[in-house]
Amino acid sequence: MPRRTDIHRIMVIGSGPIVIGQACEFDYSGTQACKVLRAEGFDVALVNSNPATIMTDPGFADRTYIEPLTPASVLAILERERPDAVLPTLGGQTALNVSVALAESGDLDRLGIRLIGATLEAIRKAEDRSGFQRAMVDAGLEVPRSGIATTVDQALRLGEEIGYPVIVRPSFTLGGGGSGFASSRDELETLAARSLEISPATEILVEESIAGWKEFELEVMRDGADNAVIVCSIENVDPMGVHTGDSITVAPQQTLSDREYQVMRDAAIACVRAIGVETGGSNVQFAVDPRTGRQVVIEMNPRVSRSSALASKATGFPIAKIAALLAAGYRLDEVTNDITGETPAAFEPTLDYVVVKIPRFAFEKFPEASPVLSSTMKSVGETMAIGRTFKEALGKAWRGIEKSGFDLGSAAVDERPAREELLASLRDGTEHRLHLVEAALEAGWSVDEVAAASAIDPWFVDQIAEVVEGATSIDGRALHTLGATELREAKRLGMSDPRIAMLTGATDAAVRRHREALGVTPVFKTVDTCGGEFPATTPYHYSAYEDESEVRPADRPRIVILGAGPNRIGQGIEFDYACVHAAFALEEAGFESVMINSNPETVSTDYDTSSRLYFEPLSAEDVLAVCRAERPAGVIAQFGGQTPLRLARVLQDEGFPILGTSPDAIDLAEDRGKFAEVLAELGIPAPPHGEARTIAEARQVASSIGYPVVVRPSYVLGGRAMEIVYDDDELELFVRTAAEASPDHPVLIDRFLEGAIEVDVDAVCDGTDVFIGAIMEHIEEAGVHSGDSSCQIPPATLSDDELDTIEHITRRLARRLGVVGLLNLQLAVKDERIWVLEANPRASRTVPFVSKVVGVALARVATLVVAGRTLADLELEGVLPGDPHHYRRLPATSVKAAVLPFDRFPGVDTILGPEMRSTGEVMGIDVDPGMALAKAMVAAGHALPTRGTVFVSVANRDKRAIVFPAGRLAAMGFRVLATSGTAGVLERAGIRVERVAKVSEGPHNVAELIRDGAIDLVINTPFGRSPRSDGWRIRTASAAAGVPCVTTLPGVFAALRGIEALRGAPTEPRSLQEHHDVARAEPRQARLTFAEAAAVADATSADGWS
Amino acid sequence: MRGRAALLVLEDGSTFRGSGFGADGETFGEAVFNTGMAGYQEVLTDPSYAGQIVTMTYPHQGNYGLNDEDPESFRIQVAGFAVREASRRPSSWRSGTSVRDALAAAGIVGIEGIDTRRLTLRLRTHGAMRAAISTDDLDEASLIARVRESAGMEGADLARTVSAPRPYEAASLVGPAATDRGKVFRVAAYDFGLKRNILRLLAASGIEAIVVPAETPADEVAGAGYDGVFLSNGPGDPSATRYGVAAVRDLLGRVPVFGICLGHQLLGLALDGRSYKMKFGHRGVNQPVERRRTGAVEITSHNHGFAIDAGAWETDDDGIVRTPHGRVELSHRNLNDGTLEGLRCLDVPAFSVQYHPEAAPGPHDSRYLFDEFRSLMAERERERAEEAV
Ligand SMILES: Nc1ncnc2c1ncn2[C@@H]1O[C@H](COP(=O)(O)OP(=O)(O)O)[C@@H](O)[C@H]1O
Ligand SMILES: Nc1ncnc2c1ncn2[C@@H]1O[C@H](COP(=O)(O)OP(=O)(O)O)[C@@H](O)[C@H]1O
Ligand SMILES: [Mg+2]
Ligand SMILES: [Mg+2]
Repeated sequence: MPRRTDIHRIMVIGSGPIVIGQACEFDYSGTQACKVLRAEGFDVALVNSNPATIMTDPGFADRTYIEPLTPASVLAILERERPDAVLPTLGGQTALNVSVALAESGDLDRLGIRLIGATLEAIRKAEDRSGFQRAMVDAGLEVPRSGIATTVDQALRLGEEIGYPVIVRPSFTLGGGGSGFASSRDELETLAARSLEISPATEILVEESIAGWKEFELEVMRDGADNAVIVCSIENVDPMGVHTGDSITVAPQQTLSDREYQVMRDAAIACVRAIGVETGGSNVQFAVDPRTGRQVVIEMNPRVSRSSALASKATGFPIAKIAALLAAGYRLDEVTNDITGETPAAFEPTLDYVVVKIPRFAFEKFPEASPVLSSTMKSVGETMAIGRTFKEALGKAWRGIEKSGFDLGSAAVDERPAREELLASLRDGTEHRLHLVEAALEAGWSVDEVAAASAIDPWFVDQIAEVVEGATSIDGRALHTLGATELREAKRLGMSDPRIAMLTGATDAAVRRHREALGVTPVFKTVDTCGGEFPATTPYHYSAYEDESEVRPADRPRIVILGAGPNRIGQGIEFDYACVHAAFALEEAGFESVMINSNPETVSTDYDTSSRLYFEPLSAEDVLAVCRAERPAGVIAQFGGQTPLRLARVLQDEGFPILGTSPDAIDLAEDRGKFAEVLAELGIPAPPHGEARTIAEARQVASSIGYPVVVRPSYVLGGRAMEIVYDDDELELFVRTAAEASPDHPVLIDRFLEGAIEVDVDAVCDGTDVFIGAIMEHIEEAGVHSGDSSCQIPPATLSDDELDTIEHITRRLARRLGVVGLLNLQLAVKDERIWVLEANPRASRTVPFVSKVVGVALARVATLVVAGRTLADLELEGVLPGDPHHYRRLPATSVKAAVLPFDRFPGVDTILGPEMRSTGEVMGIDVDPGMALAKAMVAAGHALPTRGTVFVSVANRDKRAIVFPAGRLAAMGFRVLATSGTAGVLERAGIRVERVAKVSEGPHNVAELIRDGAIDLVINTPFGRSPRSDGWRIRTASAAAGVPCVTTLPGVFAALRGIEALRGAPTEPRSLQEHHDVARAEPRQARLTFAEAAAVADATSADGWS
Repeated sequence: MRGRAALLVLEDGSTFRGSGFGADGETFGEAVFNTGMAGYQEVLTDPSYAGQIVTMTYPHQGNYGLNDEDPESFRIQVAGFAVREASRRPSSWRSGTSVRDALAAAGIVGIEGIDTRRLTLRLRTHGAMRAAISTDDLDEASLIARVRESAGMEGADLARTVSAPRPYEAASLVGPAATDRGKVFRVAAYDFGLKRNILRLLAASGIEAIVVPAETPADEVAGAGYDGVFLSNGPGDPSATRYGVAAVRDLLGRVPVFGICLGHQLLGLALDGRSYKMKFGHRGVNQPVERRRTGAVEITSHNHGFAIDAGAWETDDDGIVRTPHGRVELSHRNLNDGTLEGLRCLDVPAFSVQYHPEAAPGPHDSRYLFDEFRSLMAERERERAEEAV
């Protein structure tokens, strides 16, 4: 059964912005699919709203649509593209749900478009919890006792029947969204209500809780001829009850005998057949009762998933790529295994190593949220590590997670909890659970006691016990007394140099030197899918403390690219995008690219992205080991975000040259003190600032600078722990908490430029010339972290003079700092003056956005420059546009909007501030600027209403400015509600407005209205920072009910423009390629008028709009 | 490292220092690697591993312990066991004992803590080799010298050493044959190193087996009115197992015959085929095998170092070969390396597979073969009935 000939044009649907539960893994899968389908000669069109992805680079599909992933917008594209088929199984839950909607609406049939990979029926069966349960029972597979409810009453009745505790699981959601446990009627009542709300099908499963059982996952591949193989088995170290996405997991499974495993294998294949997934990858989740071995099926995803990405990286079997080929008609035995190059893909990979995945959490950014792990996924990223034993892999994973101290074992939990506490915290696991396991073992608990308390299998606990014993045996010893054998044992147990340093009271560097002097260094093994049975053709390596290394010499000079490690808030897919481009560009420049990264979700960790792949933690010892093995011409540190910058110095010192911007230059920009001096020296304005170590000092600095001020601990990243304070009390409060956050680090205090326009610049410098990628104007004012605010190209309100000045500043700074490669500048424009907020001498979050908008791959340009080319050459070759103002004259407007995870953290205030909290971003592009805004907002999940009811409640300082937009909304026929204060102002402006009670004013208040869905749009600008204020109640209610809630004035005007555009005639979607062609053809100035509107508003005296 | 120092050497002179587990002492045998990730208990107790030092490519062994349900024979059969790490704390609701204790009790020498991937790559590139593990002689030169004096696999007739000494009823081990499949057939099962799960699956498809010793003459069996004859798997060189070949030659055409692994090789030789020693063989649970008739792919369980050379017969294009016993279909093929995986006689009632449809360890994709054996016997019976009329 070769490639099907009845299909020529295929539409691939992406997964949209990075959200908790859906991350880069779908860029990886979509990219693989697009690549292989085009190689097979299909005409591929792609839609995805996420500009930070590799797959949305113009080169990866024939036509790339960066448009919202709503049924309406995808339909518009389908109408235009008329593909023969839609591939819905590689874009996560998002693609699946959109496809289901369009199939059910009959549009696909009307347009004669097929779903390939999975039929509508199969998707329904798998995703709809009741259908799934029936299918499983029919197939003779066991499932937990459960029932389906579509109302709260039904849910409660089921609760009584099944008996508490129960778990509630909504249909068609991802990452356990809306799921949770209820141990009583009351708990179930609230939980069921919320889950029904969240489920697109308002259907929930109420199920017997089997929390504490063992959880497993099998990755199944099936082809059109019904051949099925298991690609990988995954065992969760955490028990049932902790979402797989939040669980520490291991591949292959460790604790099932072959007899039990084969039963599970049969069940997984039976499940896929029962659901009727025609071709491709699916994952099936199982629970096993540790006392009896009883196996039950938990769920299956009829699509490529996060665990498929993990399985692909863990085995070397490219699930997404092969899924695409199978969907295109091939059989498994017709596809070759890239890694052996000779054997077919119709086989089951076997591992001769252990893979451990550890999720990365961001609770520090959501202090109000509970840190206890549950069935609702909360992690924002993950790291994967490969070792020859579980212990070795676990130790590497702790380094890979890049959270300071996590690789130090039990030392990561500073205070030793008492027995009762320990019992409790072992039961309700947090991200520190394995550290607590160590603590308990150190405290003398037996393996079985710990296993019983934590519901973690004794086998895993005993593995950790071995590490603890190893640590104890060297604890307190002097480093030089450790011989080669002992050190080697410690390393084989997965202990990091820093941990050994802590135990022996030496420095990390001392441990490393002693170790290397004794010849205790890792070798590099190969991931080959076959346990060594066949030679591997792909250099995909991992380190291990063993005898024999398999690294082969290379014929071309090698350059190491340091990746970005696990996703985290502030450092996500954007940086992987840059690393991937670096790899491509190095090949182009005649080098072998050597990728080091530890994030299994990414394109960069695909074995065919770089010439050589090292799946390793980005920690000093691991990166140095790779460099010693590869002896590269140099190392590139500027694409992986902050992670590689921290390694640049040590690499340099150990004799591995950092190519491009030097560590000293990095330091000059990163060290806020030194940077301030540079600015002063160049006479570039910066906000007045100072440092303080004590509260008294802080008060003094603040008063000399003048409130409001921005305060932050000196080490910050991603605006971590950064705040705007308006008076001494707030300041005092902050200095306490911040001082806690970073002991013996000063607090930095800057004048807060209130109401300033924030600007981002991405540029490339070759040491002489500077290429300005684009200047982005933020929509929210400075004070909202650049990562959380929306921005647009071309800039909206900045004058050409201002743009010129910003370009001038960028050029001078780039040269003065000694940047070679990428530079990101953040500035603020206030009262005709331009201030520099910070400079990042590296790839930034906005690089992919800019690259897509202006049609120049900045990361590629930067890499070529780092590799020795000059910008002048590149301009001559037409890589760069001749017009230095290219970005100002684009025919279309592009808007980037952030996506925030508030739905995951109920009760967290949604006010935007200087601390970044967004997980991802989307882009809206359109010739009509208003439509570009609307698209960005819709894509970000804030479906703007075109009619209905708007609630307005703004801070006093915003009352004048709100009159204009409120009037416009009323004029457009919106019903306007407001709280007394705001209502008064609007009435005086002649706007018809209804008063509603504040929450503090008792029942029938606005929060209730929001909850009951009586309000379609909320406009609420903060009344200061009081935690449980009315404002907070309104915003959290909106977040919970999924009602769009605008919290800044510029945001209001943007929304207004969006609504106006949506009410007008729809514009035709255009592919990125078309936009670029037009831009090259006839550049013309585009301007956004919401800003003019803002101007009008400020002028408007209160009259006129009724 | 835990146990006392141990040394593993190969005849090519490569050496591996680790620590001993299981019994102390010394063992010689042919070093082979198995790529299955689980299933060590079945491997340890599989008689086909007699005389072999087995290394598992998966680093962690013994995780779920050993139990009384999973052994494939009465005892541990491997000559030695070489792993990266033998679990000190098995965990399973079924676990009875640990692999460390089990090996110690059985007097089998094991070595752990060695770079088993390096060992595996050696065997892959230089082929299966004679080897030794010792906790007594830690002098590399002397142990290598003694390995080079030890006997190899080629020409080794090991089947008789692991075979049952006298006939016995399979039922005594695996219970009575299932009756829900209709008539219960009676077969003689030649024990060349028979795996217990084969008896289970025979019983499950309504076949009652009488296990007979490897050297049982054909006439004894043919005379006893069995409905069929089963040829088991087993260790050693098929061409050295002459009594087996002779018996099969006699039986062909007289009773339906089904062979697995060594049984398949004996059938091949009885059909005047040729056997050869593979470089390092197939040992694992992930080998893709194509069923010629349907093109379907089975993921199969393997354990063999010898194979039948399909080139020995002249083949017509649709995979049929001519033999003294008539036309034979080359029914199964290994998709990794093209090895012949199955024979089906078209003019006499006999078929065989090189791999292990009984798995244990391994996937259940090939269990249909036991039903085919059943059908073959049912068919034969029908023919007999018609002849009688
Ligand atoms: N019956 C149950 N009892 C206890 N925990 C459960 C049960 N069902 C599911 N879970 C837990 O909830 C998590 C999420 O459930 P799942 O159906 O996998 O959601 P998702 O579709 O988001 O993956 C699972 O990983 C498991 O840990
Ligand atoms: N002096 C200031 N006045 C107004 N806003 C500021 C000032 N300094 C920082 N900000 C705001 O805080 C955000 C984060 O500050 P930044 O220095 O960029 O930290 P990070 O290194 O985390 O990006 C900026 O995007 C900007 O919106
Ligand atoms: Mg799941
Ligand atoms: Mg910033």
